Amino acid sequence: MEILDLSVIELAEKIKAKELTSEEVVKVYLKQIEDKKKLNAVIEAFDDAIEIARSVDERIAKGEKLGRLAGVPIIIKDNILYEGKIASCASRFLKDYKAQYSSTVVKKLLKEDAIIIGRANMDEFAMGSSTEKSYYGPTLNALDETRVPGGSSGGSASAVAGKLAPCSLGTDTGGSVRQPSSYNGVVGIKPTYGKVSRFGVIAFASSLDQVGPITHNVKDNALLLEILAGNDENDETTLNVEVPNYLSMITGDIKGARIGVCNQVVSLMKDKEHFNSLVEWFKSQGAVIEYVDIPDIELCLPVYYILAPAEATSNLGRFDGVKYSTRAESAENVNEIYRKSRSEGFGEEVKRRIMLGNFVLSSGYFDAYYNKAKKLQQKIKKQFAEAFKKCDVIITPTTFGEAFKLGEITDPVQMYMEDIFTISANIASIPAISIPCGKGKNNMPLGLQILANENEEGKIYNVADYFENNYKESN
Amino acid sequence: MNDKYDVVIGLEVHAELKTNSKVFCACANKYGSEPNTNCCPICIGLPGALPVLNKQAVKSTIKAGLCMGCEINDIAVFERKNYFYPDLSKAYQISQLVKPICVGGGVYVNNGTKFIRLDRIHLEEDAGKLVHKSEQVGTLIDYNRGGVPLIEMVSMPDMSNADEAIEFLTQLRSNLIYAGIAECKMEQGGMRCDVNISIKKKGSTELGTRTEMKNLNSFKSVARAIEYETQRQIELVENGETVLQETRRWDDERGKSFSLRTKETSQDYRYFPDPDLLSVKIERSLVDEIKKTIPMLPKQRKELYINEYGLTEYDADVLTTDKEISDFYNECLTVYKEPKKVCNWVMTELLKYVEKTEENINIPIGYENFANIIKMVDSNQIGQSNAKKLIEMCFGTEKTAMELAKENNMLNDINADEVEEMVKKVIADNPKAVEDYKVNGDKVLTFFLGQVMRLSKGKAQANVVRELLIKLLG
Repeated sequence: MEILDLSVIELAEKIKAKELTSEEVVKVYLKQIEDKKKLNAVIEAFDDAIEIARSVDERIAKGEKLGRLAGVPIIIKDNILYEGKIASCASRFLKDYKAQYSSTVVKKLLKEDAIIIGRANMDEFAMGSSTEKSYYGPTLNALDETRVPGGSSGGSASAVAGKLAPCSLGTDTGGSVRQPSSYNGVVGIKPTYGKVSRFGVIAFASSLDQVGPITHNVKDNALLLEILAGNDENDETTLNVEVPNYLSMITGDIKGARIGVCNQVVSLMKDKEHFNSLVEWFKSQGAVIEYVDIPDIELCLPVYYILAPAEATSNLGRFDGVKYSTRAESAENVNEIYRKSRSEGFGEEVKRRIMLGNFVLSSGYFDAYYNKAKKLQQKIKKQFAEAFKKCDVIITPTTFGEAFKLGEITDPVQMYMEDIFTISANIASIPAISIPCGKGKNNMPLGLQILANENEEGKIYNVADYFENNYKESN
Repeated sequence: MNDKYDVVIGLEVHAELKTNSKVFCACANKYGSEPNTNCCPICIGLPGALPVLNKQAVKSTIKAGLCMGCEINDIAVFERKNYFYPDLSKAYQISQLVKPICVGGGVYVNNGTKFIRLDRIHLEEDAGKLVHKSEQVGTLIDYNRGGVPLIEMVSMPDMSNADEAIEFLTQLRSNLIYAGIAECKMEQGGMRCDVNISIKKKGSTELGTRTEMKNLNSFKSVARAIEYETQRQIELVENGETVLQETRRWDDERGKSFSLRTKETSQDYRYFPDPDLLSVKIERSLVDEIKKTIPMLPKQRKELYINEYGLTEYDADVLTTDKEISDFYNECLTVYKEPKKVCNWVMTELLKYVEKTEENINIPIGYENFANIIKMVDSNQIGQSNAKKLIEMCFGTEKTAMELAKENNMLNDINADEVEEMVKKVIADNPKAVEDYKVNGDKVLTFFLGQVMRLSKGKAQANVVRELLIKLLG
């Protein structure tokens, strides 16, 4: 089997068994990155990866006990800090910003002896659904270069689909891991809020952001999440619950599993036929279909576009050209440093959201927008909790359809609509995965989203793994 | 003109908490270090850094609240106050708005006749400091102070003049110092004060437009600023002009305040709950536990001194103004439990030697020596004047008072016969005075007494000598 076709778990086993060296694996992937430069999925490949891989091989040769990802390459989204490496958030503003410390997720990867081989392109500051809003230019869909990879973790998803790495990390604030995973035919999860530490991840909307792994298959994903998850003393919002062994929760059986279908989601779908066939398939496999109501699910989008910009506007205040980030050369006093640096540094979509956030937080509007959105969020959370009394997981499409063409969506609101199916998981703080579920009219992948109640990632992985192994498109 | 108006004053008082580490990171909370050495990604606001609440700072805030009679909220929330300024690394200050840790409370001023209400005490982080250098170098930023825990104590507009404001401030300050919560070193910026002032026609219930004055770093400048601003507002109103709602900066050197910004240009801080921090649940049991750690505060000590020790209100006031003095007095009583006598000695023979600045109080003698000297006087081991000399000798020495007294031959070691001999000698040596005594009596007796005391090197007991003199002068 070709190195590029091996899963994370297989790679780790073969490197550990000395059937492969980490060095050769890393070299193969670095060459892929070079060969597929056109995708623009990776902003920078890390030269020191080979050296680190070599030292892993040496330690294996010496018989040392290494981590669970020993020698396995991984790409991280460019908003995740890796000490000494640039973390630009695909923004002009941070194009030269070197991380002064490593994020908790990077530390966890390094502790398992993974090899971080590059940083992935993204929508600037994770604001976007197509990875067209990057200072470094758009990333292309690995399966059709005329199409977008989705976003904002488009680089991370395209990199896995294009086999530039066997796995990657993305971040998901409103669907930024799942929507690109769907568009690229890979597996991506947005964990329960607080499952994975945000320490060292450049914040977009702090109360919604979560790091999630993107992989070729469900088991790899389960392993990676288990490694990334856990309480972190550096992040108060991480949950204080034990991380289960997700792999052991994959039983290969979904008989009797209660699969929820949300009536309000069904009415939003453009193509009900494909989804209905999936529902029928689950039924045929012995699962029980439960129709549930989440009456206000449609309001997740407006709630999101109040809360996320509000937090973002505050989070992005620190990029002011004073301490780090690129200072406008023509600035002559402190107010000009702020005004000019920020005007030059941020792209249009980021500015749009900063404006939006400032508006909803302004005195006189705060109650009407922010507080109302917070109240609705609580209401929606309750509706989900109620729904999960009737079912183990809820299934929805990840997106309306296949990846759209580059430049096809220019209206920002239409772009925001891209998140309609994914955004509820962020609003409700619950986990959700996107896995490939066949192809659409253009022969591009479609994604099935599986949501579960807080801390029920195990249930998601079990259903997702079963689907991955048993579902065959009939048409 | 002033009696036509009432002055309405409210204060916002900031005090830096005395904790080991900063409020949202593990950096040292220390004054006077090399610039930017007590810093980390969190307190300089690097991308991706997250705050983690220092529980000690919360406890200290609760303690401060309990000292001022506040209610402690069950749940407290941290919010972001958003504004741009180079000393504010994240472009927001983590503070509290809707749910502070402490609400209500207050302190008495004017000899306990007027209660100044507190609106709240909340916990927030301090900002860094701008250091203005030469033209070539420009302005530098020192983030050492950034993230130092700060409590803000907000009063209701209950004060009517500078004296009340100063007394209010003094009470807050001494409570914080007594309870070990803050050092309140004003010259170091450890305690700062913003003053809100408005005036209204005497007896009117309608409040005037208020101004806020910032940058007040000493009690003296608070008093001056209040006087100045009161006068300025009265003059405006008297001249038919309007007082603008604005923020003003007090310039202590020029003795004037200047407009910083008016309401129209005022900042909208766009507060919202900080999503990086959990809301803080404050258990009643924790509050009760903290209550037990609060030492006697000035007010209670004063009551003890008056009611139990029989001191005058004036003396009790003086003794409790500074914690160091009150502590010294209390410690003296552990050696020699004569509250009134010790008080007299402290008032007359100690305070004059105490060096006091806004930063520091230096008591040059240990309480054990001081109390023992009083004890020696009362047991006739040493004379009054020698005792006073002995106090000075104790400054800056490790020796005990008794050792020093012995070394310097100051103890009362002469017997009755020797004293009588001395009295006789003095009478014999001063025939004129003897004549004079017959006419002027007591006045001259003091002269003889002095002579005998000098001859005995202060060792004779004054009352014994006096009796002998009266007897022998017949």
